[in-house]
Amino acid sequence: MKLDPKVPSGPIEKRWSQRKFDMKLVNPSNRRKYTVIIVGTGLAGSAAAATLAEQGYKVESFSFHESPRRAHSIAAQGGINAAKNYVYDGDSVFRLFHDTVKGGDYRARESNVYRLAEVSGNIIDQCAAQGVPFAREYGGSLDTRSFGGAQLSRTFYARGQTGQQLLLGAYSALSRNIRAGGVTFHGRKEMVDLVVVDGRARGIVVRDLVTGELSTHLGHAVILATGGYGNVFYLSTNALASNASAIMKAWRKGAYLANPCYTQIHPTCIPVAGDYQSKLTLMSESLRNDGRIWVPRKGGDARSPDRIPEEDRDYYLERLYPSFGNLVPRDVASRRAKEMCDNGFGVGKTGRAVYLDFAEAIGRMGREEMQEKYGNLMDMYQEITDEDPYKVPMRIYPAMHYTMGGLWVDYQLQSTIPGLFVAGEANFSDHGANRLGASALMQGLADGYFVLPATIPDYLARTKFESVKADASEVTRVAEDAKLGIEKLMSVNGTTPVDAFHRRLGHVMWEKVGMAREKKDLEEAIEEIRRIRKDLWKDLKVTGSADDLNAEIERAARVADFIDLGELLASDALHREESCGGHFRVEHQTAEGEAKRDDEAFSYAAAWQYKGEGQAPELHKDELAFEYEIPTSRNYK
Amino acid sequence: MDFKLKIWRQRDAADAGRFENYVAKGISPDASVLEMLDVINRELVAAGKDPIAFDHDCREGICGSCGLVINGGVHGPFEHNTTCELRMRRFHDGDTIVLEPFRSRAFPIIKDLVVNRTALDRIMQAGGYVTVKTGQAPEANAIPVPKKIADEAMDAAQCIGCGACVATCPNGSAMLFVAAKVSQLALLPQGKAERKERVIAMIRQMDKEGFGACSNTYACEAKCPKGISVEHIARLNREYLRAGFGSK
Repeated sequence: MKLDPKVPSGPIEKRWSQRKFDMKLVNPSNRRKYTVIIVGTGLAGSAAAATLAEQGYKVESFSFHESPRRAHSIAAQGGINAAKNYVYDGDSVFRLFHDTVKGGDYRARESNVYRLAEVSGNIIDQCAAQGVPFAREYGGSLDTRSFGGAQLSRTFYARGQTGQQLLLGAYSALSRNIRAGGVTFHGRKEMVDLVVVDGRARGIVVRDLVTGELSTHLGHAVILATGGYGNVFYLSTNALASNASAIMKAWRKGAYLANPCYTQIHPTCIPVAGDYQSKLTLMSESLRNDGRIWVPRKGGDARSPDRIPEEDRDYYLERLYPSFGNLVPRDVASRRAKEMCDNGFGVGKTGRAVYLDFAEAIGRMGREEMQEKYGNLMDMYQEITDEDPYKVPMRIYPAMHYTMGGLWVDYQLQSTIPGLFVAGEANFSDHGANRLGASALMQGLADGYFVLPATIPDYLARTKFESVKADASEVTRVAEDAKLGIEKLMSVNGTTPVDAFHRRLGHVMWEKVGMAREKKDLEEAIEEIRRIRKDLWKDLKVTGSADDLNAEIERAARVADFIDLGELLASDALHREESCGGHFRVEHQTAEGEAKRDDEAFSYAAAWQYKGEGQAPELHKDELAFEYEIPTSRNYK
Repeated sequence: MDFKLKIWRQRDAADAGRFENYVAKGISPDASVLEMLDVINRELVAAGKDPIAFDHDCREGICGSCGLVINGGVHGPFEHNTTCELRMRRFHDGDTIVLEPFRSRAFPIIKDLVVNRTALDRIMQAGGYVTVKTGQAPEANAIPVPKKIADEAMDAAQCIGCGACVATCPNGSAMLFVAAKVSQLALLPQGKAERKERVIAMIRQMDKEGFGACSNTYACEAKCPKGISVEHIARLNREYLRAGFGSK
């Protein structure tokens, strides 16, 4: 199948309005005849559910959480970008578009990115109207701050809990529509497969996480807003239940998966301290506004940081990138931290950390203002490490954070399965090979509030739907297969709990498919992942029952999918013989250690098609055309 | 560190439930209570036994999923933290630690340490929102919100919906939870239009769900992971009175 990204033509600033005008509408009285199934209740899922219900469609919303408000968008800290230019420091839709395309290392689709920048201002309006308590100036107007990869102040925030406040805004809109009857919410239900009838996505099969019961839900379109796959690395900043199973089920049913190797390692996380750790905690990138990153000039300098004088410190980001300094994009900051530690300049017990120092900022603004701006982050750091960051610099190290790759979608956010739409982190669309800070919240809400509510009606209006019977064999077979899948996991009857397989997978991914990737390592990683898969199906042990609340079954199913995704990720990384954004191939770098793209050969999104168990997936190229941005080597010096 | 654990086990809602004893050995002082439970569960699974069910997700104190009663204290014996944020270094080596689910009439137990908190969602559905459809919003700076008001609204809006206020209240009241939302939206100009209907609908739903009344013990403020002040309950009461007496 040839990929058709359905990108509009004409001047870029008119494309979205023209497309909206070209889209077909559904008569208000006919809308309630259509059911839209939405999986996930993070920013994208909640926003889409609320908006489509307001338009009059029947929405069925699903989450594996009990409450929609528990989705992992809640944990985003720093902020949300919008091209409002409230500070009058040179921002514009075009500038945000430019920064995002450049930040993504010229691996995103121009039209999508422009649309994202175009609707960004409306997102802030919408959220403010819902009562999201954004930070304000004394006069009452909205306050902004700056973030990595941008030289201006366009990030709106609510203390260090912006994701929480935006999600609660979307949750309030969702709650209102649940009350009004437009949305039916199904909590503690996990999607276990996609129902495809006559080539169209027509429903899902879910497992009730309390009773184990499988049920099938049918509709006219399915939206996956199921988040990213960072937990393939075992330790990440993601919540523990965040998983890739929904997108992997869709992949096996024919949706292509694009650019899985574009993963983002966040530079400012609390370093790994021991085996007991279940996750890594992010310290918001906003801290880089006021914190200075450094390591001792002399490797192995055992003095406590306050005893190391200025002349013995290397503020390496300020040295290497004088114009962006500590605010270089995430991929650059992460790679440089790794490099410093690899070369023996790392600090702390493990030597896998660098300092993030607030002494200068505290001297400038005082402890109180510091507390007001970053209080919750400072407290969180102290609680976890037992050290006071107001007195000693934070120790930070990069950790797996966000995944730019995901299910391939066209401009309408539709996957290669008609009727299956994908939103938020689950799709691959807007960030290219690297996401800029404060752009994830923007994209989730853009997809949910503004894009899907325009493209879903168009799909519904243009499609002649055959009626699908719940007892048709094409439908019932899906639930039967899902049941067999669970029984298969339960019946391996080995000796090793699923956690051990997940750890093994995570170790391979971090060591060989992490911040710096090399051909030999990637080939080894693929071999090792295949061994883990074989071992899992030989030696997995799941206790308890399948008809009960049983976290071991949930986890086993998710890890089995992570293994398949891990292999695909490593294969994609192996095929992409260039460095771009979060994908750094050791073989492809400049003399100064910067990523070296190969635009001749790799200016495309790699969309992988599932070809069956044990078969190599087939690569489809979605070629990128740059009409407005001229791909150049990213320069943050 | 080593601990003796007494953990509540209950097969399902119908089961009577009981404490069972476990031993945790070699736990890092930097591990959280939940990471200790992970260790116990790995051992249970390896021994072919049913692992202990507990709710959790983000493990950084923001999603509101986790919540245990630890040694009689909601989210543990200390103030202003969630269960996932509580590190073992706050206990002593050799301590006996008792772990129970949140206990409240409005939070029925599902299994072991997992309770059903959907009552809180239904209170939000009753009125915890501003009625504004997507696409209707005016330009954000068109409605100024003084910093002081925005900050106060944010203090209330921080609620993570964990239900600790309910679990720690001798009356099982959800007043702090309701107050946090009512107060946030009463403070902001965006919430003013529906302030009467909102407070009445949310209080009505709260009563319907079987939450108790508030008798000003302030236990909720002490245990709230975000330290949300009972001053918001005072504002809730004012809003409620105002809604009752005010003209339509």
